[in-house]
Amino acid sequence: MLDRINKAQSMMNAACKAMGRQVHIMEVCGTHTVSIFRNGIRSILPGSLKLLSGPGCPVCVTDQGYIDIVLELADREDCIIATYGDMIRVPGKDHSLETKQAKADVKVVLSSEDALQLAKDNPEKTVVFIAVGFGTTAPATAVVVKEAAAESIDNFCILSGHKLVVPAMRALLSGKNHNIDAFLCPGHVSVIIGYGAFAEIVEDFGRPCVVAGFEAVQIIEGLAEICEQLSSGKAELKSIYPAVVTEKGNAAAQRVIEECFEPVDGFWRGLGKIEKSTLKLKDKYERFDAFKRFDITEAPAEEARGCRCGEVLCGLIEPPECALFGQSCTPQEPVGPCMVSSEGACAAWFKYSRKRAQKP
Amino acid sequence: MEADRAIVDAMGNRWKAKTTLLPEAKLGDLVLVHAGFAISLVDEEEAKKTWQLIAEISEFEDTPNKVSG
Repeated sequence: MLDRINKAQSMMNAACKAMGRQVHIMEVCGTHTVSIFRNGIRSILPGSLKLLSGPGCPVCVTDQGYIDIVLELADREDCIIATYGDMIRVPGKDHSLETKQAKADVKVVLSSEDALQLAKDNPEKTVVFIAVGFGTTAPATAVVVKEAAAESIDNFCILSGHKLVVPAMRALLSGKNHNIDAFLCPGHVSVIIGYGAFAEIVEDFGRPCVVAGFEAVQIIEGLAEICEQLSSGKAELKSIYPAVVTEKGNAAAQRVIEECFEPVDGFWRGLGKIEKSTLKLKDKYERFDAFKRFDITEAPAEEARGCRCGEVLCGLIEPPECALFGQSCTPQEPVGPCMVSSEGACAAWFKYSRKRAQKP
Repeated sequence: MEADRAIVDAMGNRWKAKTTLLPEAKLGDLVLVHAGFAISLVDEEEAKKTWQLIAEISEFEDTPNKVSG
């Protein structure tokens, strides 16, 4: 293992020295964010290589407007809110799902199947499944929507917040004040969508895209591969996670997403409106669409005062640059989702890094 | 395994998973599970390399060697 790390480190040092400038690589996967911190990877990178954390945490990129809708639905006595764990502590204006739990019916589920089962077990209430996640999780939602349709479980619906990572990458690169040279691409999203999905980033923007796994060595080798490409002026698509990632991805998963969802314009925290970036249930399944059932339109809402999660998500600032970090925003009392979520950059920085905001 | 429901073993822990997204999965296959669904077969040779890495990391942590600097 050490041999592989030393080799990758030498490659990076040589490549970065040859380039003689600051190099910025962005990762767009919450699991990569955490693994990079947990393994202290930044500490062994050459000084001129900066790792940016991008919009890879699904809870973090969810717009505040969506959060507000979830909290309003929680207030309804005829609803059970079924959600993955991370969402329950995200703050709304004065509450989170967690603080509402005393009065509202909120259940944490490990899978979409559990949410559907809740509907079967509670026929007198409507279960609203808070369907947040990227391409890895969307198929799980699609499967249960189909099951609900097949079994006529009409007291089940989903509030889709599923987002697509490639449009977000395009939006970042089309923005004016970014400095992204290359992307470390998500491992498990690629299992579903195939690493070929990132080809358009390479072709249209000339940025290297490398898919890596989540172990430290895999990440370091992925970064070394990117540095090699950059120093030789190449921009190529590559996957170094052959255990589970193929070029075409999981066909069954892609089919079920295609059958149930269509990409529409959606709001992202920090990135604003991105075209065809959010999954909406097709008309065929509209009776399971919570937006339609409760006649709700999503509109972007403002973040809490002083919260800079949006800038953190675009890699424009690092968490300690936010005045609230470590002061009024901590894992115990978070202000924004980047500090709440187990995959959030602020939470990871707080937990693993020795750099803290200086007390005044 | 029954229809699209399966029990997977993760280093001794047993979990339920659906195989709807992986119709080709058979008993004895190595799979990657996400949010209750098996999403990929895992190449056994590559999995062994990853497990080897994880084992090496544990051994490394247990020995008195330290990387300096």
